[in-house]
Amino acid sequence: MSEIIMRLWRGDANGGSFQEYRVPAQEGEVVLDVVHRIQATQAGDLAVRWNCKAGKCGSCSAEVNGKPRLMCMTRMAELPLDQPITIAPMRTFPIMKDLVTDVRFNFEVAKRVPPFAPPPRQPDGTYRMFQEDIDRAQEFHKCIECFLCQDVCHVIRDHEENKARYAGPRFFVRFAELEMHPLDTNDRRLLLKERMGLGMCNITKCCTEVCPEEIHITDNAIIPLKERAVDATYDPLAFIIRKIARRKRPLPAEEAQASAIVTTPLSELADGHGDAKKAKAKA
Amino acid sequence: MADYEQRDYDVLVIGAGGAGLRAAIEARTEGVSVGLVCKSLLGKAHTVMAEGGIAAAMGNVYPEDNWKVHFRDTMRGGKMINNWRMAQLHAQEAPDRVMELEEWGALFDRTADGRILQRDFGGHRYARLAHVGDRTGLEMIRTLQHRAVQSGIDVMMECKVYRLLKDDDGTVSGAVAYWRESGRFIVIRSKAVVLATGGVGKSWKITSNSWESTGDGHALAIWAGADMIDMEFVQFHPTGMVWPPSVRGLLVTEGVRGDGGVLRNRDGKRFMFDYIPPMFAAETADTEEEAERWYTDRQGARRPPDLLPRDEVARAINAEVKAGRGSPHGGVFLDIGSRRSADYIKRRLPSMYKQFKELADVDITVDPMEVGPTCHYIMGGVRVDAETAATTVPGLFAAGEVAGGMHGANRLGGNSLSDLVVFGRRAGLAAANYAKQRNLATFSDKLIEEITTAALSPFSSEGGENPYTIHAELQDMMQSLVGIIRTHDELVQAEEHLARFKERLGRVSIEGNRQFNPGWHMALDLESMLTVSTAVTMAALERKESRGGHTRDDYPQPDPELGKLNMVIRFSGEPPFRGEMSVTPEPIPEMPDELKALFEEQQH
Repeated sequence: MSEIIMRLWRGDANGGSFQEYRVPAQEGEVVLDVVHRIQATQAGDLAVRWNCKAGKCGSCSAEVNGKPRLMCMTRMAELPLDQPITIAPMRTFPIMKDLVTDVRFNFEVAKRVPPFAPPPRQPDGTYRMFQEDIDRAQEFHKCIECFLCQDVCHVIRDHEENKARYAGPRFFVRFAELEMHPLDTNDRRLLLKERMGLGMCNITKCCTEVCPEEIHITDNAIIPLKERAVDATYDPLAFIIRKIARRKRPLPAEEAQASAIVTTPLSELADGHGDAKKAKAKA
Repeated sequence: MADYEQRDYDVLVIGAGGAGLRAAIEARTEGVSVGLVCKSLLGKAHTVMAEGGIAAAMGNVYPEDNWKVHFRDTMRGGKMINNWRMAQLHAQEAPDRVMELEEWGALFDRTADGRILQRDFGGHRYARLAHVGDRTGLEMIRTLQHRAVQSGIDVMMECKVYRLLKDDDGTVSGAVAYWRESGRFIVIRSKAVVLATGGVGKSWKITSNSWESTGDGHALAIWAGADMIDMEFVQFHPTGMVWPPSVRGLLVTEGVRGDGGVLRNRDGKRFMFDYIPPMFAAETADTEEEAERWYTDRQGARRPPDLLPRDEVARAINAEVKAGRGSPHGGVFLDIGSRRSADYIKRRLPSMYKQFKELADVDITVDPMEVGPTCHYIMGGVRVDAETAATTVPGLFAAGEVAGGMHGANRLGGNSLSDLVVFGRRAGLAAANYAKQRNLATFSDKLIEEITTAALSPFSSEGGENPYTIHAELQDMMQSLVGIIRTHDELVQAEEHLARFKERLGRVSIEGNRQFNPGWHMALDLESMLTVSTAVTMAALERKESRGGHTRDDYPQPDPELGKLNMVIRFSGEPPFRGEMSVTPEPIPEMPDELKALFEEQQH
């Protein structure tokens, strides 16, 4: 069989470059298989994340020939193999090493999402919900947290400074799943508008295009959230109804007791990005 | 002096799949501080791949279902060698744990009257699996992940525990770990440790398991001197993908069969009718006509043999392929496309539809899938107390796949997700209570330095063995010599191979530096894999019968006397390989009479 040329980005936070690897082509492979073969035979220290290899865990996100994809779901046969195939790490996140990026930003945003708050159960101990009422929210539960939508989002892709005030498409999906959960009693609309940067999204639909789960991020999550956020602020009738119904609580406090999610202590990272507080050892 | 960071917690949980997350949440609820370590990013653990559902006798679809029926199914599926008390607690508590997931935000598919819908699965008498299409594991891990993050648990991501630490009186009191990103060490002191590290499948070539399933927790327990039971029982899931080679082993959910799919051989024959074992004959349809009727008439017809427990179906497929009646790529056919509408299939099995479409160019709403057995789950693990998940080593608890006993010789589909939350919760609770009675231990720098020096030793040699090569050869060896069908001679050969692999691992050398270096991580994971593979092989040699996930060609029948014994593996010595591993048959705990009676009643 013929030979494939792969150009993989190698390096760390201090810099790096694309390096070329030549491997024999094999039938039925996906990009991740080829990367693994290079790792096993030519570059033992090549860093790459992966887990399920079936498009279910969202670990192996990268930019394949410039397009954000899951490497495990990108078949070699669909790529132009007469040219070198370029694999780069996701651009929106700081480089850790090779194809592995520092995605902690996402785990930090996750901590700021006010939790699901259900009412008490029915007298028979159950919650009753009908399938047609949960179809909408179930779409958002398909999210595998590959963060490709975050990677491709213009608001943060080349604007590190926006990350402090913008949650990104993945978290608009998370907010939408909570807001559209038939049982939830929390109200996150003002929070979305005022602290999560919902207004900064200008609906270019890039996130929807790259979603491997085919979640209609823009149409089904972001646009309805924007409409709701507007309602929350400007619709006096809705405001009064809400007050009377008292189903929803206004602007919940962000979680006081959020967890620390850390990887290597930041003090040890070459560029020292992120929030140094997070890394403080508990000891 | 060793260079390391130190953290202190009341409870350290190792592993952030369903069991680890549930344990951490429960311990935190008890008011203690909790550190949770995981090898990957949070939310990527193997639980995420679970497809079909979580078994719980809620009776939403069949009101006649109850914990006693679930208990009986579980014990019979496990060939009666399960720890009866674990199986009982599991069956009794699973419905509450499912309701709790719903209360925490999980959105299960619904019945017409708005309750949680339940689906049919192999070995379960009634439709019992709460599910979300075919991505139930994702729903579960995400729900638990959100809950854990909100409850104030410290999550240490991409961190691997290399060794457990014991205090002077032999109580497990912490661990030495390293951050995968920087390669730097961290000493985590804790008053109790919960192992929730999942499985061991990565030692086999054809497996549904991810890179993480290297048996770290099994190995840590072995090295700590804990009793291990049932290590010979390894589940080969009957339906893994077989083509293309890139996806060989990838799981095809049992839900395909639960929702109407059937197995056929090359000639189109539904061969499962030829493989109905006596134990299940009374409740299994023996004609296609009756099997078809079962989908609409549960009272008047018996279950299709396609829904026998996994060990039976895996052996049947293996036999068909060996007899030359397999599919073109060495599997058999799984057909749902000719039996159910495209809409139904896409709604019930969306990720299967996508997986075959995108990775194999097969439209499962039209064409049959090619499937074959894949190493999926280990029933064996750390011997635990059913009530508290305490191991035989003080301070050490274990829950989920790393614990043994719950599933006996063979696990039923859907019983794993429920196992994770039932015993994850119990482990977290017991560990928190244990921690409240203890103080933190102190460890000498010398001890830590010895451990970190050992971990770094692969960097000190050049031109030695490639860890990836050793791993690939180990997988080939375990697949061919300690696979679905085993013999004395092959198991003895496997032991010899394992001894050589251990020697070769001592000569391994690593390219590059400590920063996010998968070659180095593989070298250290191989210590776990070789330890666990040795335990499996030794237990398999000792069990001279065929039962559940352990089939001996030289002893093809179950032996009633051996059905009363666990094979107990013990190790004394220094990790990873300096010491003696032994195997001792010991009696299984005897079931009380009122539970025994459940098996004597006429059930059909």
